[in-house]
Amino acid sequence: MYAIEANKVSKNYFSEKSGKFAGLGNPIVRNNTGSKSLSDDKAAGVSFEVHEGEIFGIIGPDGAGKTTLFRILTTLLLADSGNATVNGFDIVKDYRAIRKCIGYMPGRFSLYQDLTVEENLNFFATVFNTTVAENYDLIKDIYQQIEPFKKRRAGKLSGGMKQKLALSCALIHKPTVLFLDEPTTGVDPVSRKEFWGILKNLKKQGITILVSTPYMDEASLCDRIALIQNGNFLKIDTPPNIINQYEKKLWAVQSQNMSQLLKDLRNNAQTMNCFAFGDAHHIGISNSQYKENELRSYLEARNHKSIEIRIIAPSVEDCFMELSQK
Amino acid sequence: MENVIVAKNLTKRFGHFTAVDNISFEVKRGEIFGFLGANGAGKTTAMRMLCGLSKQTEGIATVAGYDIHRETEFVKKNIGYMSQKFSLYDDLKVWENIELFAGIYGMNDKAIRSNTDLLMQELNFENERNALVGSLPLGFKQKLAFSVAIFHKPQVVFLDEPTGGVDPITRRMFWEMIYKAAENGITVFVTTHYMDEAEYCHRVSIMVDGRIEALDSPANLKSKYQAANMDEVFQKLARKSQRTE
Amino acid sequence: MKQLYSFIKKEFYHILRDKTTILILLLMPIIQIILFGFALTTEVRNTNVAILIPANDVLANELAARIDASSYFNIVEQIHTKSDIQAVFRDARAKLVIVFENDFSKNLMQLGVSHIQLIADATDPNAATSFSFYASNIIQNYQHDLAHQAFIPGTITPEVKMLYNPQMKGAFNFVPGVLGMILILICAMMTSIAIVREKEMGTMEVLLVSPMKPLYTILSKIAPYFVLSCVNFTTIILLSVFVLKVPIAGSFASLVFVSLLYIFVALALGLLISTLTTTQVSAMLISGMGLMIPVMLLSGMIFPIENMPLPLQLLSTIVPARWYIAAVKSVMIQGLGFSSILREVLILSLMATVLVAVSMKKFKVRLE
Repeated sequence: MYAIEANKVSKNYFSEKSGKFAGLGNPIVRNNTGSKSLSDDKAAGVSFEVHEGEIFGIIGPDGAGKTTLFRILTTLLLADSGNATVNGFDIVKDYRAIRKCIGYMPGRFSLYQDLTVEENLNFFATVFNTTVAENYDLIKDIYQQIEPFKKRRAGKLSGGMKQKLALSCALIHKPTVLFLDEPTTGVDPVSRKEFWGILKNLKKQGITILVSTPYMDEASLCDRIALIQNGNFLKIDTPPNIINQYEKKLWAVQSQNMSQLLKDLRNNAQTMNCFAFGDAHHIGISNSQYKENELRSYLEARNHKSIEIRIIAPSVEDCFMELSQK
Repeated sequence: MENVIVAKNLTKRFGHFTAVDNISFEVKRGEIFGFLGANGAGKTTAMRMLCGLSKQTEGIATVAGYDIHRETEFVKKNIGYMSQKFSLYDDLKVWENIELFAGIYGMNDKAIRSNTDLLMQELNFENERNALVGSLPLGFKQKLAFSVAIFHKPQVVFLDEPTGGVDPITRRMFWEMIYKAAENGITVFVTTHYMDEAEYCHRVSIMVDGRIEALDSPANLKSKYQAANMDEVFQKLARKSQRTE
Repeated sequence: MKQLYSFIKKEFYHILRDKTTILILLLMPIIQIILFGFALTTEVRNTNVAILIPANDVLANELAARIDASSYFNIVEQIHTKSDIQAVFRDARAKLVIVFENDFSKNLMQLGVSHIQLIADATDPNAATSFSFYASNIIQNYQHDLAHQAFIPGTITPEVKMLYNPQMKGAFNFVPGVLGMILILICAMMTSIAIVREKEMGTMEVLLVSPMKPLYTILSKIAPYFVLSCVNFTTIILLSVFVLKVPIAGSFASLVFVSLLYIFVALALGLLISTLTTTQVSAMLISGMGLMIPVMLLSGMIFPIENMPLPLQLLSTIVPARWYIAAVKSVMIQGLGFSSILREVLILSLMATVLVAVSMKKFKVRLE
């Protein structure tokens, strides 16, 4: 049995303001006779499975449909089409059973700002018919870090601490599947790293985790990922497999004048795409015959100094950019 | 080159809590200055003081040559501001947003009109001119928001996590716009949580517990802390934090 | 049960920690009652009185002197015929005319009964009721003293007559009116805001995803405001009885019963509003525009319903406050029994049933 199984799930909103559809999967178009038909085969929506005990990442920018997907799977929204199960329970019929066994941390940490850390935790424990003492083992490692501030109101906590408290609250009833919707958005890199350490530990205890993030560098921390854009999955696989499927040669190029370098690289006929990547520019070359020293002499001819060209393995971000441009 | 931002012993206390602890730095004209730090390190407080939104407890600072406390009105005229949270009005059209913000900064109608035309061409936005901003994709909005923030040709533009949640390609195009603005002499003061973006800055400061723990070019910082990338530098420094709020 | 208990506890934390709001909610009824009441009590002091009194009637003169001596009244004029009464009021020389019957003393001693007419200028109905009430009191005290000290057993029957506003529309209306307004404000507006706030904060998502029963969520949101309403109800009643001296003429139990029923209707309304809105601002606007204004304008609190054009009269029938205020007036002011407010009670019960049914049906187990 899969922990989560989604089959052609779609959900679209028509926004009056933008006059466009947004959400998950392509919109279902009603034809003149009033019957529903799918606008094309992509309209089938998203399908994927999450194995038990897996960390599955949904990776994509804001507005890609991540939150809609989470809300459908956590039984908060009804899908337009498709079906899905969580722990084998149907998301529509058995929503009560699902609500008992999942933990959910929505995008905005939903804590009561005017209640203290302790009061928040106790409240969520009773909402799930349990006590803090009963499941303390599971949250111990996380909660201990914020315990010194247990009398502080949640509204006065820092971003990292709020995140830990929200996670403690989502874990308090020992869920078997944990849904974390953008838990690291707006959180600094140090707290983010710590948070992923915590998730690794939870995985060890057998909890299945579905997590979404807009940070591509977090992809490699998941067992498997789905890259999502404009309501559709670009790819589902393990991060190494996604990287292996990258079709082009990828070079990292540096020189003294990085902004001029970007322009010159883009003007090179061999360049498929070129983007800044930290301290170097990544350029994708589709012509396998094109050699490193050919590029070097091309750049030297344009007065670039201390040129460095390295062949590199792509990151998930390179792959995302490649796939999203198709 | 001349300094556009000068901060000397800038301090801000809230009661017993020192949010910003005696920071000093200069930013040159046309420089892209990355202002990094963990959540709660004091970045926002420092930025608010520089924008004239909050009064420092101690120290002095000038932005665009004006004292941030005594000449707040002049400071505000010479800066642009954009944040991820608030930038444009979704229920106004593209040109209405431009007109509104340009008007706030006291530009005359003729300049607004001609510059709007120019901007629409540059951004390839001519068809979206009459679209409601709410209907634009996020990436478009970010670009437009940045263009509006520098529309009145400020000396400094403050960008508060401008690229949060944006897709990787748009994020990079956004940085290319930042570069262009810097080449045109606009000083860019930017905060971000993406460490690869720190590499795009000319110089980077890293705040820890209200103090500036490190300030240098990304290359120098990496060699000083023997780190492969800015993320490592940041992790090494920010882990020293003792602060709990 | 534990779930419900801790949920209710949490709601109380929310309310108690928002010091400004709780202070406003508790002080508002006090301030309103005092503001209305202040206008009333000043009017009663030194009210000008004209008398029509038979010549050389000992007891009548004694009573007149006693009235004059009280701090409430000043006798400013003696008139000689009943036809002068109109002129006295028209020229605003007095607010009250006391007419003693001829042979006042004789009738009292020989027949054991005599009559006094209290004719009040009721253009300011609140004031008129009060000073007529005070005058009647003085007369009753006098009769009591006569019986005990002078051994003259007999009844003086004061007959109160209100000129210009004989049915006393608006008199004492403000106490039932304030009750009707405060209760709807606290129950409907605050309840809806409390529920919508959870939606806005995103905490509703987590609650919905939990095994918590929706009914519990509703009950625990309602509970604190129910308590708060009861506190306010008590404050208003205490103030009106002890400070404004507006007596509860009828049965206290009926008053409490109809008030609880009204509170229930208001809570159900609040619930309904919360299911229709997603932001605190819109919840506040709907409660403000949709509840406060009808309560003030269409409930009979300020404008008598009888004087409204028919469409507005019809519209007023769906305003719960109209029925509540009418019921409170009957019980509290007119002292009528429960049977006389049966109609109001039935209508309010019907409203409560419909509102609860609709809002329970509308309360979503999902986000949209």
